[in-house]
Amino acid sequence: MLRYILKRLIEIIPVMLGIAFIIYAIMSFTPGDPARLILGANATNEAVENLREEMGLNDPFLVQFFHYIWRIVSKGDFGNSYKSGQPVFQEIFKRFPVSLNLAICGMIGSCIFGIPLGILSAVKQNTTTDNIISVIAMAVVAMPSFWVAMVLVLVLSLRLRLLPSSGATSLKHYIMPMITIALANGCSVLRITRSSMLDVIRMDYLKTAKAKGVPNRVVVWKHAFGNALLPVITTVGTIFGSLLGGAIICETVFTMPGIGALIVSSIKSKDIPMVLASLIFLSAVYSLVMLAVDLLYAFVDPRIKAKYSGK
Amino acid sequence: MEGNGVRRGRLKEFWRRLKKNKSAVIGMVLLGIIIVCALLAPILIPEEQVYAQDAMTRLLPPSAKNWFGTDVYGRDVFARVMYGARISLFIGFAAAFLSLITGGTLGAITAYYGGRIDDIIMRIMDMIMSIPSTLLALCIVAALGGSAVNLFIAMALSSMPQFCRLARSAMLSVVDQEFVEAARAYGSGNIRIIFQEVLPNALGPIIVQTTQSIAGKILTAASLSFIGMGVQAPQPEWGTMLSEARPYMRECPYLVLIPGIFIIVTALSFNLFGDGLRDALDPHMKN
Repeated sequence: MLRYILKRLIEIIPVMLGIAFIIYAIMSFTPGDPARLILGANATNEAVENLREEMGLNDPFLVQFFHYIWRIVSKGDFGNSYKSGQPVFQEIFKRFPVSLNLAICGMIGSCIFGIPLGILSAVKQNTTTDNIISVIAMAVVAMPSFWVAMVLVLVLSLRLRLLPSSGATSLKHYIMPMITIALANGCSVLRITRSSMLDVIRMDYLKTAKAKGVPNRVVVWKHAFGNALLPVITTVGTIFGSLLGGAIICETVFTMPGIGALIVSSIKSKDIPMVLASLIFLSAVYSLVMLAVDLLYAFVDPRIKAKYSGK
Repeated sequence: MEGNGVRRGRLKEFWRRLKKNKSAVIGMVLLGIIIVCALLAPILIPEEQVYAQDAMTRLLPPSAKNWFGTDVYGRDVFARVMYGARISLFIGFAAAFLSLITGGTLGAITAYYGGRIDDIIMRIMDMIMSIPSTLLALCIVAALGGSAVNLFIAMALSSMPQFCRLARSAMLSVVDQEFVEAARAYGSGNIRIIFQEVLPNALGPIIVQTTQSIAGKILTAASLSFIGMGVQAPQPEWGTMLSEARPYMRECPYLVLIPGIFIIVTALSFNLFGDGLRDALDPHMKN
């Protein structure tokens, strides 16, 4: 088991390198001169040219990339933000709690929305209930989340004045983002719950349980859902991982100071070290979440646990 | 000649199943309406109505003259929404098509040649996949500049790995079959085998995925335009319109509701049609 974890952790490194290379390459195409950006519009051309030389911006692309990676490996230095001049991770760590809270809220919301409806539509397969649920899911999937967010703000903050429309300082601030994310991601939880439940429901052991006289509720939640859990966990884990950095829309509409909003503003202002570091950080977090999901399997499913210890 | 007849028979059977599928029919009708709107817009509505600003007609509610009201620059929202359909459909189709071509070709190559080439391409695809696709698209748009064309290129490139994976797995199940072996024995070249034997027989799931991805592409395009990293302001893109409407949504909720409803209906129609297509192409997958 430990060896497996170690192997997975080592596998993350080349992926990080690859991501860094791809993003570095793309960002180096963006128009705009970083040296000019740092010095401002009033700096002389000479000063800009000097800074370019100092920053190594005149070197060939591959040399620049190698220097960047070398600084990370040798000193753990991801560079400073072009905009603030501070080390990039200072800002990233400052913002991470907001994104983490948002991701946790979003994940819980998606489960609350997706799992009960998924189970219900599987248990009542091909009935009116099932059809109504699938129509709702269809309509919800087609809604762009920024629009959902706007409508929520319109109704709940501007008209009814129930909730604050921006910021991330109290629990109340997370309610609308949570609904937005739940609607956007809950449908995939719903779908996977339904199809996974349908696979399990036809199994013999469920018939046995029912024949034994186990109450229906226990059969559905314990026997059936317990065994249908694996694919649901994968989906929820993926959602959680992508929410950690991917809640861009929510963070933008509700002006929450998370990492998604940071990336968008950094991309807009061509703050390349910030974009690179945030994306590398997010991908690392994502890979770790996916590893955690795989390990979680072992706890949920004894068969997989047996496989690990067998090795 | 005979092969042609078989293919036509299969097409007929497919069409019959598609027509019987309620969601597919609803999807096709809605989609038809939107496509007609997009095609007729430049004929029925003069283009200046989309861009011409008029301070006298700012933020008028819907009326007989302006069906969907006017926006903050006094432009007719109906005209803008109709022209917006052109942009959204273009981006959706173009992005899906481009990712189909690029991803599909790479997938075909990996599945057909296997071995080293397969390993290298799939490792690269895995790397791209581990970057959140919206963020990757954002970076590419930032590098290329915001416009409808750059937006669809960015989205196509960032969703290429999914297509590559799907095409690869669809083709892997075909590559080992006897008729491919026969074509090879017959002396057909590799490219010819890929495009004439393998691809047509692996097309079903790829077509379904393409159709279903169009809805997502349209939503992503609108979102990116909404945060200012896509189609730029005077253009009547639905996401851009919503972004412009944001400061005025309290007084004029119709500015938020109408373009939103158009996005939803368009995405919904592609989803319905895609699901129907899936069921008609592969009745076993339906549960």
